[in-house]
Amino acid sequence: MANVQEHIARLFPEATFEEGEWLLVNIPDAKWHSLAKTLKEDPELDFDYLVALVGMDWTETLGVMYYFTSTHLGHHVSVRVATDNREKPMLHSISDLWHVANLYEREVYDYFGIIFINHPDMRRLFLRNDWVGYPLRKDYDDSPEVNPVRLDHEAVDDVTYTYVEKPDGSVVKEKRTVFAPEDFVVNIGPQHPATHGVLRFRTAVDGETIKKIDLYLGYIHRGIEKLCEGLGYMQTLHFTDRLDYLSAQQNRHCLCLCIEKAMGLEVPRRAEVIRVMMDELMRISSHLLFMGTFCMDLGATTMLFYTLRERERILDIFEKTCGARMTFNYHCIGGVLEDLDKDFVADVKALLEVMPKAIKEYDTIFTGNVIAHNRMDGVGVLSKEDVISYGATGPVGRASGWACDVRKTAPYGIYSELDFDEITLPEGDSMARYLVRVEEIKQSCRILEQLVDNIPEGDICAKVPKVIKLPEGHWFQQVEASRGAFGVYIESHGDQKPWRVKFNSPCMNLAGIVPHAAEGGKIADLITIGGTFDYVVPDIDR
Amino acid sequence: MEVTAQGMPYADFKDNEYIESLVSELRANGTNVVVGSLDKLINWGRSNSIWPLTFATSCCGIEFIALGAARFDMARFGWEVARASPRQADFMMVAGTIVHRMAPVVRRLYDQLAEPKYVIACGGCAISGGPFKNSYHVVKGVGDVIPVDVYVPGCPPRPEAMIYGIMQLSRKIKVEKFFGGVNRQQKRSEFLAARDAAAALVKEGVEQEEGMSK
Repeated sequence: MANVQEHIARLFPEATFEEGEWLLVNIPDAKWHSLAKTLKEDPELDFDYLVALVGMDWTETLGVMYYFTSTHLGHHVSVRVATDNREKPMLHSISDLWHVANLYEREVYDYFGIIFINHPDMRRLFLRNDWVGYPLRKDYDDSPEVNPVRLDHEAVDDVTYTYVEKPDGSVVKEKRTVFAPEDFVVNIGPQHPATHGVLRFRTAVDGETIKKIDLYLGYIHRGIEKLCEGLGYMQTLHFTDRLDYLSAQQNRHCLCLCIEKAMGLEVPRRAEVIRVMMDELMRISSHLLFMGTFCMDLGATTMLFYTLRERERILDIFEKTCGARMTFNYHCIGGVLEDLDKDFVADVKALLEVMPKAIKEYDTIFTGNVIAHNRMDGVGVLSKEDVISYGATGPVGRASGWACDVRKTAPYGIYSELDFDEITLPEGDSMARYLVRVEEIKQSCRILEQLVDNIPEGDICAKVPKVIKLPEGHWFQQVEASRGAFGVYIESHGDQKPWRVKFNSPCMNLAGIVPHAAEGGKIADLITIGGTFDYVVPDIDR
Repeated sequence: MEVTAQGMPYADFKDNEYIESLVSELRANGTNVVVGSLDKLINWGRSNSIWPLTFATSCCGIEFIALGAARFDMARFGWEVARASPRQADFMMVAGTIVHRMAPVVRRLYDQLAEPKYVIACGGCAISGGPFKNSYHVVKGVGDVIPVDVYVPGCPPRPEAMIYGIMQLSRKIKVEKFFGGVNRQQKRSEFLAARDAAAALVKEGVEQEEGMSK
């Protein structure tokens, strides 16, 4: 850590530093882009993975928090850049260095109105292009008269704007075309069975070949981050279950961990074990649903019935303990909400007995099938550099050879004590992404096997005050959700309510890499690629 | 009149008062024997093969998938033919949150459904905005955008609740007047007049907004 600080201080004397869980660098915007370039390209720093980009409104200033990790050297750094111009805030874009910043910066523009200089495409991301105001600013007017429910269709933008910095320092707004008039544009979504929800691609095609994809998000943008700012910490928990509802337990685990870290709260051992077991059950159920729906996308309808058969078993286990089939509301600050059901151990053992046979059955039906291989082998190949630059974590990243499992890289809970393998495959195609998930089911079963007989007795929840107040500061926590690294950023100003909560969802990065993976391929492959990315749209839009 | 669906005993339904008041309202002027008998036959067929539109925005959609799978098996009741195109579907299960950007799309999908058409608002979000009611971007219930026939509460509703909801819809279909009722045909001139009126309304709204911004 000191090494990174000294190195940056030598090159950028104007930078100031703050110690914290991650080293924080404050840098004026004028020097930001050259610092970013150094962070990326200097072999001693080598920050190739942009973990999170959080837009902030500190009332006097607007700004952005960046979180970087080096996948080779394993060190972290965070950077704060701010501007005091609220009328026309401008910061420099880093989307030329990290691809993932492209969507992140558009999101910040949408929420806070911060314009990123040299960003190729400064359009709104989630909200309609005729939306008034920037909703995550503290002075946003949310009265329904300003933004009523409009039933007219928004105009489709074929042009976008970019703010180019000239050599003399002035910034000029320039027009860029998204699609030329001669492009043949096919609209896929938002209501389309193969997009897994309300995602929209505007796709320029040449015959059957995809020339360009323009991604439209926001058809299920629910404004969760703004809602969290108006609620107490206990009350924010239930939103995480509804973000990526197929990683409900892991997401909630992450928010609980982040709040516990800020409070300095120790969780009882029994609760830790239960949490990990629930997380792994959730992961199995999510991957089972992936296998079912993905095979259905490719035309193999039967698989859905087989995989949902096992998924129902897991849902039964959840239901007995948590009382719900989805949106469990089970993890809570300090532990878990209810003790395990008396049948839990027996049910999990029964499940573990069934799973190997079931996986064998899936393999017979689908994995070895020649049609499945024709549809998946060599389709949508992503290199390791691509997935890191686009921040595509989870099974997608691991299928391209990037060991990005948060359970291994930054173990939380009791994962460091457990014996399981991180599955990585070198191919990076759709088949690899499918196989990684099948193998991960087996690894999750392995974790469950180690724990099912070793659930310690004791409390299920630590003593927590009725009203939670976090000290001033900011915290960032990641867990491995079913689809990749899920992050939570909390900034507190010492109140009962958070100043800012940001959910750093894995699915948004996965959606961001779709154009890169699909361009140049066939339309039918877009379905395969989207299926193997397995994004959950409410997690993209939040 | 005892209106049941899918073989469930009449007394097991929870809201028989509503269906009885609907029947008495529809039968207030009596029923023609021939047309009434034909209605009964046609409605028997219609109520046992209602095809849903695959339309899901969030969590409720996953429970809708579970509804199609082996354990809950909606194919038992003739509802399994989920159509991807609204032109071929009978009803729309609004499963999930509807947000501002989605509202015109939902409206268009509803308009594209062929008559007679029905809507089930499924889950807290579709009913009232649910846990996201205070959000700046969430529509406070899909009823603001399209007319709703049946509300199914839950977050998300269990598949059994969804089955019950569709059974309620099936009961409503059974008592409807088909001839001279839901089977009405709009004359082309009427359709065009309605369309022009709607366009004028939109235009007026736009002008007003422009006036405000000026």
